Amino acid sequence: MAGTGTRERASDTADDRALLDALRAGDESTFASIVDGWSGSMLRVAAVHVSTHSSAEEVVQETWLAVIKGLHAFRGQSSLRTWVYRILVNQAKSRGVREKRVVPFASLGSGSDDEPAVEPSRFQGPGDQYPGGWREFPAEWPEQAALSREMHAVVNHALDTLPPRQRIVVALRDLEGHSAEEVSDLLEISTGNQRVLLHRGRSVVRAHLERYFSSASAGRAR
Amino acid sequence: MTCQQVVELVTSYLEGTMAADERARFEEHLVLCDGCDRYVRQIRRTIDLIGEVDEESLSPSTRDRLLDAFADWNRPGA
Repeated sequence: MAGTGTRERASDTADDRALLDALRAGDESTFASIVDGWSGSMLRVAAVHVSTHSSAEEVVQETWLAVIKGLHAFRGQSSLRTWVYRILVNQAKSRGVREKRVVPFASLGSGSDDEPAVEPSRFQGPGDQYPGGWREFPAEWPEQAALSREMHAVVNHALDTLPPRQRIVVALRDLEGHSAEEVSDLLEISTGNQRVLLHRGRSVVRAHLERYFSSASAGRAR
Repeated sequence: MTCQQVVELVTSYLEGTMAADERARFEEHLVLCDGCDRYVRQIRRTIDLIGEVDEESLSPSTRDRLLDAFADWNRPGA
């Protein structure tokens, strides 16, 4: 596994201890901060198993209530977050079964996972001087420190267009900051599969940004 | 390693899952190829931009309900 994952894990342990102590002591601001910090990705994970946003929200709510109830019994065999997500996945699955929406993750929006990251036409062909080399380098993107409202919309739109499996993986990794290991555990997929979905999803978002930047610079040139 | 291969390997590279010799060839390619170096920088930038998008959040009423439940649990004798 990557070195960063191990580092995260080591610091998680210390943070976890402190978090757990604060929660058990009834620290309301600590509870509010983990609810605010984790619920976004919990909603995304729940949405894999249930049919509507409001079901997902209920699943997340039930999960937090179960967490409150179980705080004193929790023995810390896993990290706090792993424990919370395990409860979440179980709640979401049984809710999904009740809703008769037993959709295996593998069958969600599949079909385009092995498309190339970049249009093949942008590379030289077998008869060219450098087969597989760029015909023309990608254009440089303008340097911009902050995410403008427009770019924000481009990224959001790009994420919306991704097939569900890619969208969930990209959101959990790049938006919510979970590790590769966590995401493959949560979605019950292999790390290889996780990487393929991440790769495809990021490539698509990059292509959207590239189109946005090239049309923006064409606009300026006009 | 061709440019067309580089763009498919970039995620393995960034994830740190590449074998050492492949990683060396990948990095060597980036040194020699401005197009791929730029592409990898754009993927990194893409990842940063995705990270700046708003996360989903609970509705305020659900959030309040949970904070109340925690406060109740915490109340002595409750």
